[in-house]
Order: sequence, then C-alpha cells, then structure tokens
Amino acid sequence: MAKVEVTKELIAKVAKNARLNLTDAELEKFVPQIKEIILDSFSLLDEVDAKEEPSFQPGSISNRMRKDEVKKSITQEEALKNASQKLRENGYFKGPKVL
Amino acid sequence: MVKREETIAFFVEKAKEDFALVEKNLAGVITEIKNSNAKKLNYIEEFDAADVLRQVAELKKAKYKGKLFGVPVTVKDAICVKGIESKAGSKILKGYKPLFDANVIERARAEGAIILAKTTQDEFGFGTFATHTEKVPKNPFDNERSCGGSSGGGAGFTAFTKNFHVAIGESTGGSIACPASFCGSVGITPTYGLVSRYGLIDYANSLDKIGTIGKNAEDAALLLEVIAGYDARDSTSLQNGFKKEDAPIKRLAVIKDFFDGCDDEVKKVVQKKINELKKFYEVEEVSLPLNVKYALAAYYIIATCEASTNLAKLSGLRYGAQGEVEGKHFDAYFSEIRSKEFSDEAKRRIILGTFARMSGYRDAYYLKAMRVRTKLINEFNNAFKQYDLLLNPTMPVVAPKFSEIEKLTPLQNFAMDLCTVPANLAGLPHISVNVGFGEESKMPVGLMAIAPHLQEKRLYSFAKVME
Repeated sequence: MAKVEVTKELIAKVAKNARLNLTDAELEKFVPQIKEIILDSFSLLDEVDAKEEPSFQPGSISNRMRKDEVKKSITQEEALKNASQKLRENGYFKGPKVL
Repeated sequence: MVKREETIAFFVEKAKEDFALVEKNLAGVITEIKNSNAKKLNYIEEFDAADVLRQVAELKKAKYKGKLFGVPVTVKDAICVKGIESKAGSKILKGYKPLFDANVIERARAEGAIILAKTTQDEFGFGTFATHTEKVPKNPFDNERSCGGSSGGGAGFTAFTKNFHVAIGESTGGSIACPASFCGSVGITPTYGLVSRYGLIDYANSLDKIGTIGKNAEDAALLLEVIAGYDARDSTSLQNGFKKEDAPIKRLAVIKDFFDGCDDEVKKVVQKKINELKKFYEVEEVSLPLNVKYALAAYYIIATCEASTNLAKLSGLRYGAQGEVEGKHFDAYFSEIRSKEFSDEAKRRIILGTFARMSGYRDAYYLKAMRVRTKLINEFNNAFKQYDLLLNPTMPVVAPKFSEIEKLTPLQNFAMDLCTVPANLAGLPHISVNVGFGEESKMPVGLMAIAPHLQEKRLYSFAKVME
C-alpha cells in the first residue's frame, strides 16, 4: 500500500466523521502526534506478510442461541432516570431534530 | 513471605465468627478513604457512605456467609454499580447512575463482599499513567509519581490501605499489571472471556478483561475465583472456566526481547529474582521477535478501532452529560457535546480508530492488525510448547514522576506498554508480582508471568513460590 499522507485536511475530515469539532489549536496539536503514531507505529504492519485468518477475538468463540423468552426488565420510569429534566417529556426521551 | 494472618481468607474465616471484625475493618478503611481524600491522593472516584452502611446492615442479617464475607471491595470506575455514579473516569458520563450491577458486582455481593467505592482511572482506560482524567491518583510510595494506569486508583488504594481490602480492576492492554507493578501490589488479568464483561463500560471489546488487584497473590486469586464464571449476557463469556487441576511448573523462560528493552534499574531487580528462581525451576531465555516488533502497532490499531466504535454511542442523550437540544440539528448537537466532554486523549484515539476503519484504509490497518494478531498468538503458543510460563519485567521503568510523563509524546506513551500489551492482545492470563525496589528510585518493580489460556492455576502456584 502507498504511504498514507497524514495532513491537516485528512484529520479534519476524520474528526468530522467521528462527530468531533476540532479547534485550530487542537488540529495543530493533534496532526503531528497522529502522524507520528500512524507512520512510525501503525505502518510497521505494512512489512508483515500475514496470510493468516484474522483473530477478531483472542480465542475461539462460537455463536450461542438462546430461547426467545420474555424476561423482567427495567420500567419506563427507570429508563428515564438518567435523562436530564430537559431531555424527557411525557415518559419519552427528547432528542435534537433529525430532519 | 506472606503470613496467613495477612490474607483475606483468614479475615473472612474470623469475620464469620465475629461480626465486630467486619465493622472494625470497615471503619478503618473508611477512615483511610477520608485521609487519602484529605491528602488529595485521588484513589477514590466515588464513595457513598449511606450505601455502604445499608450493605453492612444487610450483611449482618445474612444467613449465608460467603467467601468474601465482610471484605471491602473497591471497583474501577468503568464497572457499573447499581445506583452509584459510574463514569469510567470520563466527563461525558458524569452523573450516570446505572440501574443494574455488573455481573462481577453481583457475584462479589453474593459472596458477602461490601462494595465500598469506585476507584479512579484514565478516561475509558486510555492511558498508562492514570493521568488522562480529572482526579489523578498519586503513588503511595512517592506522591510525585504515577500509580500507573489505567486501574491506578485501585492499585494505589490497595497499596495505601493497612486494612483488609481487594480491588476489581480491568485491563485492555496492561491496565492491571502496570499499576500493580508501580504500586507494589499483585495484579491478575485472567484469560479473555473468563470473567463476564456484562456491566463494563467498554474500551475495546475483543481486549477488555476484568481482573483483580490485592496485597498478595492469594487475595487477588480469591477475588478472581468469585467473579469468574459463565454469563449468558456476555456473548464472549467462556462456558467451562479455568482449568482446575494443578499443573506442575518445571520450565520457565524469560522473554529476552522484552527484558532487553527495560531500564537498568528494573533489569537489576528482576535479574536477581530470576537467579533465585533457578533454585526451583529450569529457567531459560526465549525470543518472541514478532511480538516485540509488531504487538504494539497491532494492539493500538485494534484498540482504537474498537474504542472509536464504542464511544460513538456517547452523544449527550439519555444519560451522562446532556445539553440543550432546542433548535439544533442532531449532528450539531452530538458534535458539540462530544467535543466539549471528551479529553484530548479520547479525541486522539477516536480519530486514530475512525481513520483505521475508513474505507480505503480498513484492509491495510484494521484487518491487517487482526491477521497479525493471529501470528502473534501463534508465536506465544509455540513458546508454550516448551515452557510452562513466560516471564518479563512488567514495566520497562519504575513509576515515573508526573513531570517526566508530561514530556512524553503520545507515541512514547504507547511504547511504555511494550511488555504488557502482547499477552493482553493474545488474551493470555498473567500476573504481576512485586519482586523488590529500584536501588536509586526506591520504587517497586514488578515481574510478570504469562500462562497459556485458562491456566490461571499456574500463575497462583508460581506467585506463591515468588512470595
């Protein structure tokens, strides 16, 4: 793979995808730090010839099915307990506009 | 040599006969919490005296007296405790009070433990020195130095207290072994999947392991025995648990590549202990060239990728930090909250992980790291064909001063995890035990032993010989 160019524009784009607004000062600080990590560490893997199957977990695990049973869960009132007063209304969570 | 009178097991045996011992020990620990708070040592994130008193009253009436009867247990902030603020050291989860106990808390309570307090940590476990958070714990041996991270508060308090107590920690890339080493405690990180992650605020799902920290190996092992076990609510929970039979240990190998990368002060203490071990075991050297070269890169790619997806759910709705939504589009609102509440370290890791999963880079970084991980696990497994346990200094340095940590770049910070990351990436159980103090710094030095998957028993019997 061609060497990735870690620029201010790339980091700004990635941050936007991750829903982070970075200030100019943050960008100035992060770009060289992230560049160092990607080029001096992450890119080391370029030289490894790895044809092995990926290990998405460190050991082997398999899917386990469970019965589709109704179990006791939290109440609506409890579910709302951690929402701020402003962000609940009539027993529902309130969120920002989607459209 | 650990005396039996100093162990939790001994305390529990006596406490079952005389409840006054529980009250006396607890009063001692609570005084220590207050003292450590007064001195701003920052081990404790959240302590609710009324909740503790309620537990004691219940315990007094309990018919079943369990394996941890009356033992105060502190819990890393990332582990959910019902009704007690649990925020993984992060501002974005401030105020979050879980409606349920994590599986490990249920298990500890069922055996009579008193869930005492939440302990400080790096935000979401992102760090080696527990400095990436508002309350930075200070090393009990020298308050100018770090406790290590990320389970720093738990290890620090374990070393600080003079009373009976054990701590529940969590390790993703070394967050139990590192602070145990820096604080002179014993830390056990189990096989991946042995302990349920239900109720753990995730860092990286394929790497996170809840484990234990104690003053001695027996205490840490007892707590692990209680919290381990199958749980249907964690899809990666192992069904059969660790191997029960005592496996005799004959051959050990020191991982040369890791040893060579350590400070002279650390090497000296560890070498002395290894020479002593030669009286009990055959001790050789082994090289893990792939792990020493590639484990950190593979680990940090996987860890940041998984962390960036986990943290995507934190958006200022339903729990934790919340703001004003009126007149705001959801994108703007989520970005505003996240930008305000995440620390620099969290932001950097989110950016790194999002980058490594982006189209065009995913195969080169994320998928490649997962393939390299297979190679690294194979390298360990090959070594275990010849040796029963592998050894290395837990950390390449003794606990550094905060003034030294400030000077490290993020990449230099990552490099400090050289010795702890490989076993964590491979999901292998490991223990860190104190083996002495640096000649110059007078700070604790830890030796780490790594066992094959589910051979936790080997770690206990080895640690007993060490102590």
